[in-house]
Amino acid sequence: MDMPAPSPAVLARKAQIVERLQGVLPATAVIHSESEVRAYECDALTAYKCPPLCAVLPSTTEEVAAALKICHDMGVPVVPRGSGTSLAGGALPTADCVILGTARLNAVIETNYEDRYIRVGSGRTNLSVTGAVEAMDFFYAPDPSSQLACAIAGNIAMNSGGAHCLKYGVTTNNLLGVKMVLMDGTVTEIGGAHLDAAGLDLLGLICGSEGQLGVVTEATLRILRKPEGARPVLMAFNDNEVAGACVADIIKAGVLPVAIEFMDRLCIETTENYAQAGYPDSEALLIVEVEGSDAEIDEQLALILDIARRHDPVELREAKDADEAARIWLGRKSAFGAIGQISDYMCLDGTIPVSSLPMVLRRIGELSEEYGLKVGNVFHAGDGNMHPLICYDANKPGDLELCEAMGAEILKLCVDAGGCLTGEHGVGIEKRDLMTHQFAPQDLEAQMAVKDVFDPLWLLNPAKVFPLDHSEPRRIAAE
Amino acid sequence: MLRAEQGDAVPPPRKARRPPEVFLTQRSDKMTLTTEHDVAEAVKHATGALRIKGGGTRDIGALVTGETLDVSGLRGISLYEPGALTLVAQAGTPVAEIEAALEAENQRLAFEPMDHRVLLGTDGTPTIGGVVAANVSGPRRIAVGACRDHMLGVRFVDGAGTIIKNGGRVMKNVTGYDLVKLLTGSYGTLGVLTEVSLKVLPRPETGATLVVHGLDVAAAVSAMSAALGSPFEVTGAAHADATYIRIEGFAASVSYRTKELSQLLTKFGEVEVLEGEAAGTLWDDLKNVTGLASLSGDIWRISVQPSAAPDMIAALPEGANVQLDWGGGLIWACVPEGSDIRPLPVAGHATLVRASEPTRRAVPVFEPQDQVLTTLTRGLRARFDPRGILNPGLMG
Repeated sequence: MDMPAPSPAVLARKAQIVERLQGVLPATAVIHSESEVRAYECDALTAYKCPPLCAVLPSTTEEVAAALKICHDMGVPVVPRGSGTSLAGGALPTADCVILGTARLNAVIETNYEDRYIRVGSGRTNLSVTGAVEAMDFFYAPDPSSQLACAIAGNIAMNSGGAHCLKYGVTTNNLLGVKMVLMDGTVTEIGGAHLDAAGLDLLGLICGSEGQLGVVTEATLRILRKPEGARPVLMAFNDNEVAGACVADIIKAGVLPVAIEFMDRLCIETTENYAQAGYPDSEALLIVEVEGSDAEIDEQLALILDIARRHDPVELREAKDADEAARIWLGRKSAFGAIGQISDYMCLDGTIPVSSLPMVLRRIGELSEEYGLKVGNVFHAGDGNMHPLICYDANKPGDLELCEAMGAEILKLCVDAGGCLTGEHGVGIEKRDLMTHQFAPQDLEAQMAVKDVFDPLWLLNPAKVFPLDHSEPRRIAAE
Repeated sequence: MLRAEQGDAVPPPRKARRPPEVFLTQRSDKMTLTTEHDVAEAVKHATGALRIKGGGTRDIGALVTGETLDVSGLRGISLYEPGALTLVAQAGTPVAEIEAALEAENQRLAFEPMDHRVLLGTDGTPTIGGVVAANVSGPRRIAVGACRDHMLGVRFVDGAGTIIKNGGRVMKNVTGYDLVKLLTGSYGTLGVLTEVSLKVLPRPETGATLVVHGLDVAAAVSAMSAALGSPFEVTGAAHADATYIRIEGFAASVSYRTKELSQLLTKFGEVEVLEGEAAGTLWDDLKNVTGLASLSGDIWRISVQPSAAPDMIAALPEGANVQLDWGGGLIWACVPEGSDIRPLPVAGHATLVRASEPTRRAVPVFEPQDQVLTTLTRGLRARFDPRGILNPGLMG
């Protein structure tokens, strides 16, 4: 994985940069000692590490603006960071960058149940947004797996999804407005508590721009009333393709579950050993969850189980009570941890049309044999967002490279099947060099032109998203 | 190459490009563009401003002078996978054709795009490209999102004649910047849409509408907020001659929620229930703002947070007639001709959807934005349309 060489001019001016930042931020908000900046050397893509020049932790929009203006004026790259849970290396530093952490921007600014929104500082964690409104029986819908830790700032940067987005949509569908600081320190607001911001859909453009267009400091989020109840069913099949066909039939039947989760044999066995959820011995397992009152749930599940029965299931398991429901989810929720117990792994995130599921799963199986690396498949089947987990040995020389090469082949396979490289994790550095497989040069040019407008000097998270050779002319010109 | 008789599926090779001067004489009256390549060539060789036209039913925006670029010849559904809830169509495909294809599979465009013909007095055939270009949604926007929330991918021709794609045809996609959303609702000012890819949803088994009569605006908004803040999944909340709450789904579920919601709304007044077909064209009429269409005056579309609707409406000029949608978050107002309702007394934005040409020259159609957003918007336009030829000035 290449990163641009740090600018010697910036490195040489570290003392001045730190001093100027200390002039606008409290002493505890500027982290610059060699040992302390190590805390920011990587995100959840831990295979790559690089300590930044320094890190700042502003507490207000004004402090963010002041810090960015200094970096802008001194030509210092800035890498914004939410909670550092990116699996794509979105918050990976370069040695010449300032990490701008949003952790201290974590206040609840306003809640409004009548108009159904909440306004929060962007450093607030995803789960604690729901935490702030659940006493009134409301919730914030997007629920990435990392929701206990991940920040709204990062959710917006990566347009995060989650298990329940089949029904509720991803971050961009639940974001009403932002306060944002541009790289030159200009503060702006887009949208608000009303629906559909005025003018061009800049809000839609900001969401998913991976911290390359601006730093969001406040977000207005749509909140929803909690459903009366929710209940999962578990279905086991002896064939991946049959499970895939069952998913398509459920969707066609007019039921829209909140979640349809898929696990293959490796994941089933591994999580059984780890969490003892009592999953049946089978090739493929679906967890389907529906919401509503008890009677509504019964009605929907009856329909879903009818469909499943036509696909010759090994087992259909309903949850009689909350405890049984929790056990159905237990294995799925511990899947990543379980795989992590037996091996190092890389988690992919390609999306495919649901109809291509059988073909893609078959091909992944073939690749697994070709490369000699085990792959577990656990994913959001309702929307085709796959998460193949490639197992490798980080201590074995060459294994990471082998794993990455195989990952690249799987992602290209997703694109060739009519899908995309990333469904909810983002491009970061991880999928940067595969972008040319999905996009023609003019498609990438159009996207980079957007960055030119928001950040003409290409200082915000400049080495991400776009293949380095594509972004190089712009990064060099800006220096 | 842009003549109708050559409008077959296979684009002619690029090297066969006609010199611009020939092209212009060709285009003067009945040039038909049928492929993306045709559109790219037409834009590339354009010598002045272009007015982009699909079905011509949504004449919204500041007046644009320029040669008409008619994309209604780009027709057809190129892909429809009901099991994946995905549909891809050429931009000029009539909305009716798409809705018919979806209906055959018991699915629909859940964002319920409005048909502007009644309100604007236009005729012609609404196209899916027009829906996307204007981000047109209906009452169900409150529950399922706007057109932009159902957009999965676009192909478009930028102002230099370059064909660009973004997004795709899968439900979850964060690969690169979301130009899909940027293009949706950009009224052809950043690019000419040639193909759109949409998420579609199942049609519910049945529906019901709860009606409360005699509420003033403030009470209506409170009633709608109570319904929308309940767990009963309201898919429409509008206020016109009465206050209407819609629920949809499987029969038993609709009947259960009807009962619960009726109880919840009792404190606002007597609740009448229209089950299944009994609502007739009610929601189509609300969606298409039929109730205001025959009134004379200018029509404004105002987006505010619902609880601000009463203050917004109180500030409208005397003689205004209104209809509320989205639980009060969307106000349709018919005001005396030539009135400028700005600056708005509350946070939000207003669009002048129907007015005479002199008014559309005098009053900004779209909400003027602050300096920072104006600069960003201009910057984007300059990048996507360096010559400033795509619907110039339409959005201000």
